[in-house]
Amino acid sequence: MEQPLTKNIKAGQTLSLKEYEQAGGYAAVRKVLKNNAPQEVQQMVKDSGLKGRGGAGFSTGIKWSFVPMGDDARHPKYLICNADEMEPGTFKDRLLLEGNPHQLIEGMILAAYAIKADISYVFLRWAYRQAAEIMERSISEAYAAGYLGKNILGTGWNLEMYLHTGVGRYICGEETALLNALEGKRATPRAKPPFPQVSGLYGKPTIVNNVETLSCLPHIINNGAVWFKSLSASEDSGTKLYGVSGKVKRPGVWELPLGTTMREIIEEYAGGMANGYRLKGVLPGGASTDFLTEEHLDIKMDYTSVAAAGSRLGTGTMIVMDDATCPVGFVHNLQHFFAQESCGWCTPCREGLPWVEKILLGLEKGKGSTEDIELLQMHTQYLGPGNTYCALAPGAMEPLQSALKYFKDDFMAHIEKHKCPYGN
Amino acid sequence: MEKKELLTEIEMRAIDHEISLVPYKKAAVIEALKIVQKQRRWISDESIDAIANYLEMSAAEVDSVATFYNLIFRKPVGKHVILLCDSISCYVMGYGRIYQALQKRLSIQFGQTTKDNLFTLLPNVCLGCCDHAPAMMIDEDLYEDVKEEQLDKILEAYK
Ligand code: FES
Repeated sequence: MEQPLTKNIKAGQTLSLKEYEQAGGYAAVRKVLKNNAPQEVQQMVKDSGLKGRGGAGFSTGIKWSFVPMGDDARHPKYLICNADEMEPGTFKDRLLLEGNPHQLIEGMILAAYAIKADISYVFLRWAYRQAAEIMERSISEAYAAGYLGKNILGTGWNLEMYLHTGVGRYICGEETALLNALEGKRATPRAKPPFPQVSGLYGKPTIVNNVETLSCLPHIINNGAVWFKSLSASEDSGTKLYGVSGKVKRPGVWELPLGTTMREIIEEYAGGMANGYRLKGVLPGGASTDFLTEEHLDIKMDYTSVAAAGSRLGTGTMIVMDDATCPVGFVHNLQHFFAQESCGWCTPCREGLPWVEKILLGLEKGKGSTEDIELLQMHTQYLGPGNTYCALAPGAMEPLQSALKYFKDDFMAHIEKHKCPYGN
Repeated sequence: MEKKELLTEIEMRAIDHEISLVPYKKAAVIEALKIVQKQRRWISDESIDAIANYLEMSAAEVDSVATFYNLIFRKPVGKHVILLCDSISCYVMGYGRIYQALQKRLSIQFGQTTKDNLFTLLPNVCLGCCDHAPAMMIDEDLYEDVKEEQLDKILEAYK
């Protein structure tokens, strides 16, 4: 089994520039900058079938293709790495940032070249202190080696790269909110269109890609689209960093063929449930994905299969809910998070989420009624796709609507017994 | 004459550098807030005014940005800030027990500062180490797989 993104990462260590180069690093940049036009790089990535690893799963090559190219395109163009990993239950980008920073920098250079960007940013969440230090150091190393700056490798192309650390708020991970944060504004999402590809940072053409997505690029360029497809165990190409947290024997993160089954990941890699616990539900890809249950364990963790089962691959980091954890309390925790992190811009999200949170708290305390269940159902519609400015509230509704579907008995037990049957 | 708290030389130099990296002054406001907070631990009304003055913005504009971001502190904080993760994996793994233990040891709740001004306790969203839940940060240090028994020793190091 090939693990291109993580094979050189040793626990607790960072690959230096020299080690990265010895392992074949920056060969892709050398190859492409000398031999290929930007559009050819776009085509290679399109052919590879790479989809965004940040949660939305959109084709990276197609995303790039909307950036105006040619002599009359407006400059500076920007390439931004979204390293604002803040989706609860998600801890995959941290591994790539801390373990192999130059793989990410090389990926960013390739992406920037493909769209002819002039300036690039790593937008990193504040809490990743170690990653900040590592990225700062690695970017300087890349400058010193001539991979960044003016006239890169003698090709006449210039690219600047900056590290930007945020000051909190989950919504900064939404790409247009991220742009506002970078511009020094409140991080409220922007209306689309115009899309960032045309009018992004400071109104200039901009691409925002996730850490894992960008880290795939050197390998695609070096080994080709056919190889990248062959890594996968599904229709989708490549490998995926899968994570498992919750009461399992060995929580962690592993790079596996895209489409490895949930059962294999949870039972073999995470070692199965911790002693005395049974699996009750799984959020397959972070806090804003629909619950799946035991009966879904054999589905493949790829974009299409997880969607067919009624959820989303999301970030691919699973949160396991065990049978001793109260589903109402669990969902209340999620909704507290979403209500708190709403940017407050649009009414359904700003007003709806705190209401949902309050209802769930009442239910958890044994003060709920069947009407509350109806109210919650209603909210899953009102805050669903199409009614809000961005994907935060619809994402919040995913675990709620599926909890109401799969764990209805637990909700009802709270109402009938006037208390939490799990003792909360 | 109204008395204005001005920015220090160090603060101005650092902010000038940030201004040089962006197309117009205003775009450096978050960096300016970070710089001033680093020096003064929190952002007072006077600091808001000083930054507004320096970046040629209105104080209300600066404040609207400052209050949006949870890691910009608009109230005084203690010498050390504890960020305890209260997101889902830490919920499942029992951050509640850690919170209770911290409340007992420090006699404060989320959002409060100890009497001796040593610690401020705040909840924080997922710290990105959910495979080692429960997790917390004190200042810039990350603690994973936190157990109640370890808290005394951990806190002692900051006293
Ligand atoms: S949920 Fe606490 S670190 Fe992720």
